[in-house]
Amino acid sequence: MNHNLNLLLDVAMGLNLVSLACSRLQTLIRVMALQGVILGLMPLVMEHDLDWRFALIALATVFGKGMVIPLLLRRAMRKAHTDRELEPFIGFVPSLLLGAGGTIAALAMVNQLPLLPEHTGSVLVPAALATILTGFILLIGRAKAISQACGYLILENGIYVFGLLLLKAMPILVEAGVLLDITVSVFIISIVVDRIQTVFDSLDTRHLTTLRE
Amino acid sequence: MRSILLILMPIVGSVVAALWPSNRTRPALLPIIGILHSLLTLSLFFDPPNVVLEDWLGFDALARAVLPVVSLLYLICSFYGFTYLQVRDERPNRVFVTSMLAVVGMMSAGLQARHLGILWIATEAVTLAAGPMIHFNGNARSIEATWKYLVVGGTGIALSLLGTFCLGYASLHGGGDGNLTFVALMQQGAGLSHSWVFIAWVLLLVGYGTKLGLAPMHTWKPDAYGEAPAIVGAMLAGGVTTVAFTAILRVRAVVGAAGASAIADQCLLAIGLFSMLVAALFLLATRDYKRVLAYSSIEHMGILTVGAALGPAGVAAALFHVWSNSLTKGAMFMSAGNIRRAAGSASMDEVRGMVVRAPYSVAIFVAGMFAVTASPPFGPFFSELRIVRAGFAGGHGTAVAVFLGCLLLAFLGFTRVVFPIVDGRPSKIVKESGKRFVETAGIIIPPLLLLCLSLWLGLFTPTVLQDAWSAAVAQLFPKS
Repeated sequence: MNHNLNLLLDVAMGLNLVSLACSRLQTLIRVMALQGVILGLMPLVMEHDLDWRFALIALATVFGKGMVIPLLLRRAMRKAHTDRELEPFIGFVPSLLLGAGGTIAALAMVNQLPLLPEHTGSVLVPAALATILTGFILLIGRAKAISQACGYLILENGIYVFGLLLLKAMPILVEAGVLLDITVSVFIISIVVDRIQTVFDSLDTRHLTTLRE
Repeated sequence: MRSILLILMPIVGSVVAALWPSNRTRPALLPIIGILHSLLTLSLFFDPPNVVLEDWLGFDALARAVLPVVSLLYLICSFYGFTYLQVRDERPNRVFVTSMLAVVGMMSAGLQARHLGILWIATEAVTLAAGPMIHFNGNARSIEATWKYLVVGGTGIALSLLGTFCLGYASLHGGGDGNLTFVALMQQGAGLSHSWVFIAWVLLLVGYGTKLGLAPMHTWKPDAYGEAPAIVGAMLAGGVTTVAFTAILRVRAVVGAAGASAIADQCLLAIGLFSMLVAALFLLATRDYKRVLAYSSIEHMGILTVGAALGPAGVAAALFHVWSNSLTKGAMFMSAGNIRRAAGSASMDEVRGMVVRAPYSVAIFVAGMFAVTASPPFGPFFSELRIVRAGFAGGHGTAVAVFLGCLLLAFLGFTRVVFPIVDGRPSKIVKESGKRFVETAGIIIPPLLLLCLSLWLGLFTPTVLQDAWSAAVAQLFPKS
């Protein structure tokens, strides 16, 4: 079971690097959605005896992260003229190098962390850390509001992976609440993105620098 | 049951507001829910229900110590909000009223949360529901403020989710079953895995500290408070921050039970004093009187955090300060909102002689300024005095010196901005909506009432409240 899970985690880490390298916003949303679907499959391969609760969490995650959230983001950017990240604050190559370096560092330091015996053979924790780092790089390094929203969601994906450590302990109500909150947050973010596009006629957050001392 | 009703009633009100057809009558829902909510809170305060230990939500001693002030603040704000939305009837208010009632419901949930996961969900929901209210004016500045609020606040709240998971893993790793109720976590106490507790503490402090507006995670606060309508500022500064502060207190109790009190208190003291210092310095620099209130709020969150670091006596004083700060800050935000509308600008470069144009609001604003900068005999003076006393009793002489120095700087910063806008000859009238500004009872009585309550709290701190704060401290520091 750990073997299948590690395979999925490796794919998720690979998608992190793809998201750091791609400049087209549509591609970024697609990569993020794919990562969401892979995350949704993880609870299914973690346990031998398939519990209905795990199936429900998996279904909700695939539906939420893989379909609803990307749909909301695409709706938010339908009025945009450009669909490319043209001048990021942190360039594509530097952010890719940062992300790769961070992934290697996370894999190297996992043995330093005190983990339960059943989690030591898995790359769960390094994958979570690498994904959180990727989210931060996108959040800080990209100028377009949509890219930053994707960064926020990849950050949340990383936290979700970490949350899988608690899969058996976390009551399903809490899991559902978390997913609902994240979906609503994307809903509100997409409305604000839409407003930014309408008022500034651009998705570039460089316009959002009026308020300062 | 009544404690659940406290959450459900505003949520139902929020749904009704979303469906209500008339823009003119919809704002009446704000005071209606305000009255019902505060009556229910009053009944819970004087007749507290039995809290089942394992319950995820409950009106426990800590909720009893802080929830009444949030309810009271909302009640008074709701009347101001009703008048404000009547005056601003050119703006659609469906989203505003719906969001405001949702915020009230979710705050009631956050303050009563006895489960780390539920606490997170409620805090996140409050954050999200407050977003559209900041955006009420719909102009470029308010969009910028909303975006920064959502990105910074969202990231902070994401880190607190990670911290929540880490605390759960601390329980699993220590041989527990990963039960995330505060009662269970405190019972496991020293059995929690130490390294994971430390990681969780840092993440949760940063996460909920962002909501609280502690420096250096405060960057969203001046923008949001500066651009949002007055009652939104008042509710964010007096209500939402209270949710984040009780979250930190509850987590701090778990870290304390795990035997890491000393480190937790050092973290709180350092970040609290740093916030006070940053806020004091920015108060000396800003030229916008609504942003002054935001920096003042950052300073007061620093004061609360310092109080939380000083053991049982400090926490009791901090709970007192939650009350005095919420009431006083509410009066300040509303009177500043009046001055802002009378003047047509929030910058001290353009506004002069407001004592002529809005005399009552200015009187409340100036009195509020003295109150909030801890002049006797208002509430904040006495609560801050107790924090200083707790500091001396705990042997934190240097920290108290820094604390008092920051208060002095903040006072200078406040007077630097407030007196120029109050005094002098009125500059030429900047008209915004073509309507002449009139100081009606609906926008003067609410801030005046809050100011009087702050005075009352300072002069006659009721014994029943003191007992409520002591009971909350007993819950947070068992056996001591």
